[in-house]
Amino acid sequence: MDQLIIAGKAYSSRLLVGTGKYKDFAQTRAAIDASGANIVTVAIRRTNIGQNANEPSLLEVLPPSQFTILPNTAGCYSAQDAVRTLRLARELLDGHSLVKLEVLGDPKTLFPNVLETLHAAKTLVNEGFHVMVYTSDDPIIAKQLEEIGCVAVMPLASLIGSGMGILNPWNLQIIIENAKVPVLVDAGVGTASDAAIAMELGCDGVLMNTAIAAAQDPVLMASAMRKAVEAGRDAYLAGRMPKKLYSAAPSSPTSGVIATVKDKAA
Amino acid sequence: MLLLANAVFLRVISLTVNGEPRRFDAPLTAAQLIACLELTGKRVALERNGEIVPRSSLEQQELSDGDRVEIVVAVGGG
Repeated sequence: MDQLIIAGKAYSSRLLVGTGKYKDFAQTRAAIDASGANIVTVAIRRTNIGQNANEPSLLEVLPPSQFTILPNTAGCYSAQDAVRTLRLARELLDGHSLVKLEVLGDPKTLFPNVLETLHAAKTLVNEGFHVMVYTSDDPIIAKQLEEIGCVAVMPLASLIGSGMGILNPWNLQIIIENAKVPVLVDAGVGTASDAAIAMELGCDGVLMNTAIAAAQDPVLMASAMRKAVEAGRDAYLAGRMPKKLYSAAPSSPTSGVIATVKDKAA
Repeated sequence: MLLLANAVFLRVISLTVNGEPRRFDAPLTAAQLIACLELTGKRVALERNGEIVPRSSLEQQELSDGDRVEIVVAVGGG
């Protein structure tokens, strides 16, 4: 069976999904069920003191017994904040060590700050975290993050929340070719074909949030993404035919044609 | 005599909880703070002055005047 292996653990789905930007928890759960994802990302935030004390919490809707919860460092702009956030996440999730590291460099574009990301990755790996790391599509940085000991490298397809799709398939291809850990596209996927292309390139998985949550019908888009990731993976494994400008080999037999005029030009 | 007792035993401490200044009666443990904030039984994690307070130590961890406390929860995110 074709499975995604991260830090020694096997997952049947190669689609990882975020849990932000949904209308309510019911829609969150319905979309995640439709996506078939095993791994779901969550953010770590201060409790709203004195507000909604009896409101259900996200982890009641998405219990860690049913999903692998992947806490992220979204909103962190320094290595220090990212490390603190994930230490809190580990405590929150009873010692759970699989985390998503992202350190942003700019609130306008949400471009990653790769220098701070490298610093944070070193600290977290030393503290025993299994780090899945969000980064730019720079193959050198991706390799360095792998060498530090990150368990998965997750380059952007395009900027977070942009829905612009895969802007540099060539860089992704180099990253995939060089990597010995899983490579997942994280950020920038806009629609199902983007996810399929990522998988056809040889990515081990795709992580997305906005593409599903901001669709007109998030649950239907979640289902589309599931199929796209599966289709793209199968196409990659099957090995596509070579591209040719034209082919002198039609799919139907060339002999036995009833036509008597064989060549219009003749 | 009563005033003296108050001064000794009914101290009030100032904490910064999730970035907001708050005053509490002391002595106060981390677990008692969580109870004051109606978060008992919720899945939260607590940091005191930048250091994690493990769940197993919340009952014993006394909070002091001037402590900065962060209490976090998991929310939707990508």
